Amino acid sequence: MSTRRRTFLGLTAAALAAPALVRAQGAAKVVVVGGGFGGATCARFLKRFAPALAVTLVERQKTYTACPFSNEVIAGLRPLERQQFGYDGLARSGVTVATTAATAVDPAARTVMLADGTRLAYDRLVVAPGIDFDWTALPGYDEKAAERLPHAWKAGAQTLLLRRQLEAMRDGGLVVIAVPAPPYRCPPAPYERASQIAWYLKNSKPRSKVLVLDAKDSFSQQPLFRRAWSDLYPDLIEWVPLSQGGNVTSVDPATLTLETDFDSHKADVANVIPPQKAGALARLAGVADRTGWCPVEPTAFESTLQPGIHVLGDAALAGAMPKAASSANAQGKACAAAIADRLAGRPPQAPRLVSGCYTLAAPDYGFSLVGVYRPDKGELREVPGAGGASPLDSDPVLRAQEARYAEGWFRATTGEIFG
Amino acid sequence: MRRRLAAALAASLLFAGTARAADAPPGAWSCTGCHALSSAPSVPPNPIPALTGRPAVEIAGIMREFKSRGRPATVMGRIALGFSDAEIDAIAEWLARQDH
Repeated sequence: MSTRRRTFLGLTAAALAAPALVRAQGAAKVVVVGGGFGGATCARFLKRFAPALAVTLVERQKTYTACPFSNEVIAGLRPLERQQFGYDGLARSGVTVATTAATAVDPAARTVMLADGTRLAYDRLVVAPGIDFDWTALPGYDEKAAERLPHAWKAGAQTLLLRRQLEAMRDGGLVVIAVPAPPYRCPPAPYERASQIAWYLKNSKPRSKVLVLDAKDSFSQQPLFRRAWSDLYPDLIEWVPLSQGGNVTSVDPATLTLETDFDSHKADVANVIPPQKAGALARLAGVADRTGWCPVEPTAFESTLQPGIHVLGDAALAGAMPKAASSANAQGKACAAAIADRLAGRPPQAPRLVSGCYTLAAPDYGFSLVGVYRPDKGELREVPGAGGASPLDSDPVLRAQEARYAEGWFRATTGEIFG
Repeated sequence: MRRRLAAALAASLLFAGTARAADAPPGAWSCTGCHALSSAPSVPPNPIPALTGRPAVEIAGIMREFKSRGRPATVMGRIALGFSDAEIDAIAEWLARQDH
């Protein structure tokens, strides 16, 4: 069949399906709650794929502060402003931006209540609420304690707090990073953070040390990190796995002491990454299960608990895909395509998603983990033979190239979403 | 009759945009997470090359080289292995038609 003929038939089918999209009361409505990598991507691409849709993005903050590269802010290598993006680009693309919180969801009536009293009706709801911390999971660690022992796991004020504490620390001080058991946002990020803090200490406070207390026995790209640490920061970083007493069982904010099964560690600066669950909106919408996360089907990321509601990004249980910005970006596009197809009366096609997570162990020392995913037996699985981590034996030129590409990815992705 | 035709055409035009999601083969929009799809001067400089202005056969050829490890790569060798030759051709043809 010629391209022209296919296009003609496509247009005819779309025209016949018009009643599904443009209805008596106006254009079909999609509400997206949460303006991070997943939600903002989805809103932007809904307008790209189906310009006739009425798309509203509900987001509390006027400015988004991105997590990828925020470890470089902690190291003093990057101003926080480079992590920050507004929503003007989305508004220019035709998305209605509502700067307020969503306070309730009625899946039966298909409405979202906003803090300003507005009730938004939807044909499809997309929630991308990111993560919340489980403040009950670690004795001694609550929201107040986080002002003393920052988590810096949502970028912004907490990132700057940890930076200031490192700047104020004496040379010869001990920085402790407490890492939770999975699942948590961005699996390699605690180890990138250890590397970045070590970079700062090596250059500014070389008698200091980083101690990583881990609630697990292995971690993402472990051989690459171990190689980077021995290449760049010999004797500066110590990693204590679960089986050697790495699990932090309680913290004392008054004395900056972290208790483990075997030991007690008094820190000069303590970065506690607490256990996590899907953002609060997931529970309001009834899309989180007993694990605290949101099960979804693998084509449109529609909740398996609430038909008509889609879940993206860190909050979702997206099969083999890691909780990472690039995963959320890929999911946002796939979800937008599937929603546009469904509202136009077309069956969505099975997506192929790519995630790519870059790590910077130093400004010119990068490596990556990529994955290619597709729906297979009801969940997203990796395409066999594809993906994986950077080679362990790699020359400095390639590590420097990956560091440049990491910045290139950040620029391209944030430009595509917010530009 | 003329009015009905005009209405049908208007509906078709209205939905011309929706054809773009279905039009892109699976995985095609993954490229743009890193590679610009625009040659507009407003696109900021990036060490990752843009994918505009390249014929489909060139893009597909490069992807096959990545796949066979015949071309030095950082991430592209690992990504190309996730696509069949037919999928690569479809994405390359779609990419060659884009310049936003």
